[in-house]
Amino acid sequence: MKVETYASISGNKKNKAVVETVAQIIFTICAFFAVLAVVSITLYMIISGTPAIFKVGIKELLFSTVWQPTAAEPSFGILYVILTSIVGTALAILIGVPIGVLTAVFLAEVANKKLAMVVKPAVELLAGIPSVVYGLLGIYLLNPFMYKIELWVFKDSKTHQFTGGANLLSAVIVLAIMILPTVINISETSIRAVHPSIKAASLALGASHMQTIFRMILPAAKSGIVTAIVLGVGRAIGEAMAITLVSGSSVNMPLPFNSVRFLTTAIVSEMGYSQGTHRQVLFTIGLVLFVFIMIINVALNSILKKGAVEHE
Amino acid sequence: MNSGTLMVKKRRPVDMLQKAAIYVSAFIAVALLIGIIGYVFYKGFRTVTWSFLTTVTSAQKQTTGILGNLVNTLYIIVITLLIATPIGVGSAIYLNEYAKPGKIVSLIEFTTETLSGIPSVIFGLFGMIFFGETLGLSYSILTGSFTLTLMVLPLITRNTQEALRTVPDSYRSGALGMGATKWYMIRTILLPSAMPGIVTGIILALGRIVGESAALLFTAGSDYRLPRFTDSIADNLGKLGSKVFESGGTLTIQLYLQMQNGKYDTAFGIGCVLLIIVFILNLLTKLTAGKLKKG
Repeated sequence: MKVETYASISGNKKNKAVVETVAQIIFTICAFFAVLAVVSITLYMIISGTPAIFKVGIKELLFSTVWQPTAAEPSFGILYVILTSIVGTALAILIGVPIGVLTAVFLAEVANKKLAMVVKPAVELLAGIPSVVYGLLGIYLLNPFMYKIELWVFKDSKTHQFTGGANLLSAVIVLAIMILPTVINISETSIRAVHPSIKAASLALGASHMQTIFRMILPAAKSGIVTAIVLGVGRAIGEAMAITLVSGSSVNMPLPFNSVRFLTTAIVSEMGYSQGTHRQVLFTIGLVLFVFIMIINVALNSILKKGAVEHE
Repeated sequence: MNSGTLMVKKRRPVDMLQKAAIYVSAFIAVALLIGIIGYVFYKGFRTVTWSFLTTVTSAQKQTTGILGNLVNTLYIIVITLLIATPIGVGSAIYLNEYAKPGKIVSLIEFTTETLSGIPSVIFGLFGMIFFGETLGLSYSILTGSFTLTLMVLPLITRNTQEALRTVPDSYRSGALGMGATKWYMIRTILLPSAMPGIVTGIILALGRIVGESAALLFTAGSDYRLPRFTDSIADNLGKLGSKVFESGGTLTIQLYLQMQNGKYDTAFGIGCVLLIIVFILNLLTKLTAGKLKKG
């Protein structure tokens, strides 16, 4: 150590300058790695996703509802697949966000230290559970349960195709659970960041604790909660392995008890055996998903920037 | 009207409802966790035996085991972290110590954010066509590791950056003022101070790798066997080395395939092993994060 210090102070200046420059260049290259990665992913998604659009025709591809990729006269309409992802994500948000935000309120405002010390690690663990485990429980517990409901609901229906419980609703429940940790963590942070004077003023004016939470604190934490929702949307729309088996195996209109395919699950379950145009269309589905994610990312970025400006 | 007294608390039914909703939500979150973990352990703990962990599934020997998948997971963890850690830390150093705030920094930070928002299926598709087909690595442990490198890079960059930010400026000016060069200051002052943050990033990345499945299905493949070992040590080392060019399914991939085939016992067994790993990693993160706060 001592020798080194000595060397670094009075060592060869030229050598030192070279080492400095090399270090800076290496760090710069490292930093541009992320840029390079995003650029090449974007390029590759576009390159491999567009051929099918020209082959099948954009109208036929995006607005047809018939998905028969392996038939003698194949048809590649992915409208239902896109709609399923949108509807499924929206429903998952509708279920997951209220529970998540209220749990965040519990952690930040209601719970005493002891209770928070139980709930908080639980939420963190929930985030760490691999998605295949959620899928396993979904198919083993949720699907049979859904099948019972399905049998009861469609007791007298003659047209309903029974799915054995692998339907949109099961997938939505799994997704709602999976976005909880994201929503809870980010909402909690933003609730805690609300200036204490807002709470104090509201309480001093005679508002009850609940009135203060719902009329003052939550509105003040709005931008953080919106961020949480957007991140939740990103997580739900991109999730694949947990819902591949849970959501069923055929392309249908996204109704609660229909067996459906999401953008992600179509890719995962068909990529293994697809060939030719079918495979290219799967890449187009990937491209559609990528476009959705990019929109979400840009939205998120602008929300965060706005939030930063407001804080200043 | 004598409701104007300060002593009697006004009953507000709406308040009660809101409070109930908050408690119910928190209860749901905790109950879900306990339910999930409890059920997986309940279904799986009988499957997890010594032979389950130390053999490979084989019809001939009548064994069901996940040793091959464990080894594959380990391969992918080590290779991914060996590549991602230097790049991630380097990137954080550039952003925090060299770059001046401006367009370049916001571009790099935006792409890092974007990278962490891309779903794993997309990484899988990209890995399959770029590393697998364009670079000709096909389904192999290397393809999987390269793909996951892109995925965990933001985690390591961000955690290192945060750790670097907590190092007081006086350390920097102190070192530079004593005549140390910038690289020397980074190497001997900044990196050691930021070490807990870097380690936290690595552990989080580890958790992500262990739990990842969609990005690996089409890149690392699903082989669950071990290389066929012989008596010659050199030969065996060669086989261990060339394994990186061969397909190898991780624990999560094996779990997925097992449940696809309806073999729920094995699936829950693997689920058990995964949850135990997640527990341990969670604990480790807590320990290192605590160190960062103290230091």
